Amino acid sequence: MSALLETEDLQVWFDLPGGGTLHAVQGVSLGLERGERLGLVGESGCGKTTTALALMGLLPANATVSGRVLLDGTDILRGAEETMRPHRWVDLSMVFQGAMNAFNPVKTVGSQIVEVLELHQRAVGRAARLRTGELLAAVGIPDDRADRYPHEFSGGMRQRAAIAMALACNPSVLIADEPTTALDVMVQAQILELLDSLCRDFGLALLLVTHDLPVVAQLCDRGAVMYAGELVEHGSVDALFHAPCHPYTRLLFAATPDLHGDGLPASIPGAPPRLDRQNEGCPFRPRCDRAFARCVDQRPLLRTVAPEHGAACHLNDVAAEVAH
Amino acid sequence: MSIVINEPGLIAEPEPIRSRGGIVWDTIRRRPSATIGATVLSLIIVCAVLAPWIAPYGLHEQVGPPFGPPSWEHPLGLDDGGIDMVTLLMWGARISLVVGFAATLVSMLIGGTIGVTAGYFGGKVDGVLMRITDYFLVIPDVPLMIVVAAIWGPSLFHIVIVIGILLWTSTARVIRAQVKSVRERVYVKRARALGAGHVRIVMRHVLPQVAPLLIANTVLTIAVAVFDETALAFLGLGDPSRISLGKVIENAFQRAAISSGAWWAIVPPGVVVALLILSCSLLGQALEDALNPRLRVAHVSARGFRLRPLVGRNADAL
Amino acid sequence: MSSERRGCGGRALSSNGAGALLDVEDLVVAYPIARGLAGAVRRRPEQRVLAVDGVSFSVDRGELVALVGESGCGKTTTAQAVLRLVEATSGRVSFDGRDITELPNRALRPLRRSMQIIYQDPYESLDPRMTVRDAVEEPMLIHGLGGSRADRRELVREAVARVELTPPDLFLERYPHELSGGQRQRVAIAASLVLEPELLVADEPVSMLDVSVRAGVLNLLDRLRQEGLGILMITHDLSTAARYAHRIAVMYLGRIVEIGPASEIVENPQHPYTKALLSVVPRRDPRDRKRPQVLTGEAPDATRIPSGCRFHPRCPVAIEECRAHDPELLRPRNAVSPDHRAACILA
Repeated sequence: MSALLETEDLQVWFDLPGGGTLHAVQGVSLGLERGERLGLVGESGCGKTTTALALMGLLPANATVSGRVLLDGTDILRGAEETMRPHRWVDLSMVFQGAMNAFNPVKTVGSQIVEVLELHQRAVGRAARLRTGELLAAVGIPDDRADRYPHEFSGGMRQRAAIAMALACNPSVLIADEPTTALDVMVQAQILELLDSLCRDFGLALLLVTHDLPVVAQLCDRGAVMYAGELVEHGSVDALFHAPCHPYTRLLFAATPDLHGDGLPASIPGAPPRLDRQNEGCPFRPRCDRAFARCVDQRPLLRTVAPEHGAACHLNDVAAEVAH
Repeated sequence: MSIVINEPGLIAEPEPIRSRGGIVWDTIRRRPSATIGATVLSLIIVCAVLAPWIAPYGLHEQVGPPFGPPSWEHPLGLDDGGIDMVTLLMWGARISLVVGFAATLVSMLIGGTIGVTAGYFGGKVDGVLMRITDYFLVIPDVPLMIVVAAIWGPSLFHIVIVIGILLWTSTARVIRAQVKSVRERVYVKRARALGAGHVRIVMRHVLPQVAPLLIANTVLTIAVAVFDETALAFLGLGDPSRISLGKVIENAFQRAAISSGAWWAIVPPGVVVALLILSCSLLGQALEDALNPRLRVAHVSARGFRLRPLVGRNADAL
Repeated sequence: MSSERRGCGGRALSSNGAGALLDVEDLVVAYPIARGLAGAVRRRPEQRVLAVDGVSFSVDRGELVALVGESGCGKTTTAQAVLRLVEATSGRVSFDGRDITELPNRALRPLRRSMQIIYQDPYESLDPRMTVRDAVEEPMLIHGLGGSRADRRELVREAVARVELTPPDLFLERYPHELSGGQRQRVAIAASLVLEPELLVADEPVSMLDVSVRAGVLNLLDRLRQEGLGILMITHDLSTAARYAHRIAVMYLGRIVEIGPASEIVENPQHPYTKALLSVVPRRDPRDRKRPQVLTGEAPDATRIPSGCRFHPRCPVAIEECRAHDPELLRPRNAVSPDHRAACILA
C-alpha cells in the first residue's frame, strides 16, 4: 500500500534580491501514511516551513522547485499549479504559521468559512452556513460565535477557527505549521488535544511542522528532523529519543529542558551554515561532537539504519562497514 | 559566526540597514524615482551655485532687443530687457533655491523641535503642542502670505519667515508620529531602565532614528517652499530687488510677453520651477516610502513558483 | 521564622541570615480603565484593574527565582514594578534592605546600576545604529563610570568576553543586524554586567531564541548566578523554570497561588492550577505520556475576577466553599519543605 502523501527528493531554491540563490530545501524525501501523525522538526531556517508550502504549491514567484510530490501515488507537482490546484484544500490542507492573526478583521469568522466553502463549491448559502456551524462545533466553538468578528475571539479560539477553515473541504491530510507557538501552555494543550481528536475522528493524516520537540514527542507517531535544508533523520518518536542515529537529533534533545530529571541542558555551539552557497561535506560537521575525517568533504546520504528508521550520518555507515 | 538565515515565506523581517551611509544613500541608489529626482535636483543646484562663473552672459547685460527670439547664441532667447534667458534662469534659480532652503530650515527647526518634544513627552505637553499645531494648520497659506507681504513689505527675509512659519506643521506631525513609535521600542525602554536622562535618549536613540524621515520631509518641504516663493513673486509680492524664477515669470507677464508671442520668456522659467519642485517631490516621496517601517513579507501565492526537472540524486526514499 | 500570615511564604531568609537582596511585600499594581465619554458623563465610578493584587516574594544573592504563569497573570507587571519602571499602587519593595517603593527618581538613579533588566526580544533590545562596543559602553557613560576612555574600552572588552562572545575583537565593531538572536541577547547581558549589578530581572530571556541556543544563554545566566548575581526570571516555560530555578512562584490572575523550592513545586505540587499546568507540559520522552489535565476555557481577564477563590470556575476539584472563600497562602498539609506555600483550602 503506497503512502498517502510522499515526497521524492524535493528541492527548493529561492532567487535572492541581490543575485544568487538560496538552496532552502535540499532533497527531502518523506512519507505520510493514512491517519499517521508525522512531526517535521527543526529550528529556524532549516526549511521545514518551505517544505510544507512546497507540498501545497504555495511558493512565491522567486522559488524554483524540483522533485515529486505523490498524493496517493500520483505526482501532483508535475504540472505545477495546474495539477496542484485541484487538490489544494480538498485533499491537502494547511493551517499556516500565524493563521490566527490572518483573519480578515472586517468580516465575521463565520462568513470567512462560508467563503471557503463557496469558493470550493462545497456548499452555498444556507447549506454553507449549516456546514460552517458543524465545522465550528467540531473544533469546540459554540454556534453563536460564528457571527462574531475575529477581534472578539481569544487567540486560542482563533486558532481553532483556523483549523475549522482548513477542514472545510474534508481533506485527508492536514499540515499544521507551528500551531501552538505564541499560545499559553494550557491553550497549547487544548489545541493539541483538539488536533489529536480530530485526527482520530476524521481519520486525518497530520503533518505537524514545529521547532518544539516535546510537542512532537507527545502528539506524533513519527518524527523527521531537518537541518540546513536536509532531512537528517526520521523514525518513530520513540526511536528518535531513545536511539537517535544522528548527532543533531541527540544534541537537540539534550538541549531541550525537561520538567523532571537532573542536570542542565547543553546548547549546541555555532550556527547553521549559510544556504546561499555551496557547502562541502556534512552541513552539521562544524557543530558536531563526533565529526571525523570523512565528514569534511563527503556529504552523508540518508540511509536506513533500522526498520522505518533512517539517518544521514557517516557514523552509521562506519558502524555498518565494521559490522561487515 | 555566521548570520542566521531566516526562511523566506511568511516570516516578516524588517529591512536591515545595509550600508554605513544609511537608508538615504541606499534609496537614492536603488529607486529610479529617487535617482532621477536627486540627479535633476543636483544639476539645478550646481547650475545655480556656479551661476556667477558659468552663466554665459551678465545678469544685467543687454545683448539684444527686448524679447529677442531664440538663436544659436541665445538658445532661450532674451527677456523684456534684452537679457539672455539662460543667464536669467541660472541666477533666478539661485534666489528661488535660497528662499526654498532658508524657509525650509526655519520650518524644519520649528517643526522638528515641536514634533520631537510632543512625541517624546506625550501627555499634556503633547496635547498643548498639537493644539498649537492645529491652529497653524488651519491658517490659509496664500492669503496670509499676501497680507504679511503687503503689511511688512516685501523683503527676502520677511518672505523666508512667512513661508517658514506656515510650513512647519506638517513636519511637526510627521516627526511626532515617528518619535512616538521609536519611544516604544525596546531599546529605548532599556535605556530608560538603565537610568539614562531624557536628553541622552533623545540625542542618542531617538534623533538618529528620526533623522532619515526628517530629511525626507525636508526635501518635500523645499518643494513647497519653492512653490510658495514663486507664487508670491508672481503675484508681485516678492522682493523687487532680487530676481527669482517667479519674478522672471512675473516680469514677462507684466511686459506683455504673451501678446508679443515671446513664449521663451515665460515657458522656460516655468519649466525650471516645475522641474525643481518635481525633482524634490520625487526624491522626498521615494525617501518617505523607503523609510516607512516596511516589513518584508513574502506573500503566500499560488501560480508563482517554477518547476525544474528532477535532478538525479540517489537517496533511500522512505 | 516564617509565620503563617498571608504573603509571607515566599520570603526565605538568605543563607547568611541577613535580609534578602530583593524583598517584595503585598505588592499591588492597579491600572485605571478608561470610562469613555459616556461613562464620564454618567459619572460611573472609575474602575481599576488590579494587574497585580498582593504579591510577596524575595530573591536572594546567588539565587534564581522563577515567576511562572500564563499571559495576563501579572508576572511581567510584577517585574516592572520591582524595578520601579511601573509605579506600585501599594505594597513595599525593598532592595538590599532599603525601601525603594517611594524613592524619588533622583535617589533611585544610582540604584539602577544594581538592578538591571534583560528583555524578551533580542531583535529589538539593541539600538540598530550602535555597534556592540557602543551598546556595552553606554551604561557606563550614563552613570559616569569607568574612568578614562581606555579604561572603559577595557571594561567593555571584559564584559563581552564574560558573556562568551570570544574573541571579543570579532564582535566589538559589529552591528546588531550582523548578529544572531543568541548573540544579541548576550550583548544585552554584557551591557548589564558592565555596571556590576546585584539583581538581574530576566523577562522571558530565551523564548524568542532557537532551542539549540537557549541553553547557552541560560547556562550563562546560571554561571553569573553562581558568581553572586540574584536573578528574577519571568517565564511561561515550566521546564526551563524546573531546571534553572531554586524557587518557583506560580501566578494566576494577579496573585501567587503557589510558591516554594523548585524541585518541590515540580514533584509535589499542591495547588490544583499548578498540578494542571504541570500535567500539560509536554515531555521530551515519548514514553512519558501521562494523561494531561487540560482545563477548559481560558483565564478570565482581570476586569472580571471571580468571587472567592479566583481559580474556582476552572478548578477541577472546586467545592461549594471555594466560591465564597478567598484562600490565603499557607503551608499545605502534604508539603515536604518548610518554605512551600499554596493558596488552596483543600491543600
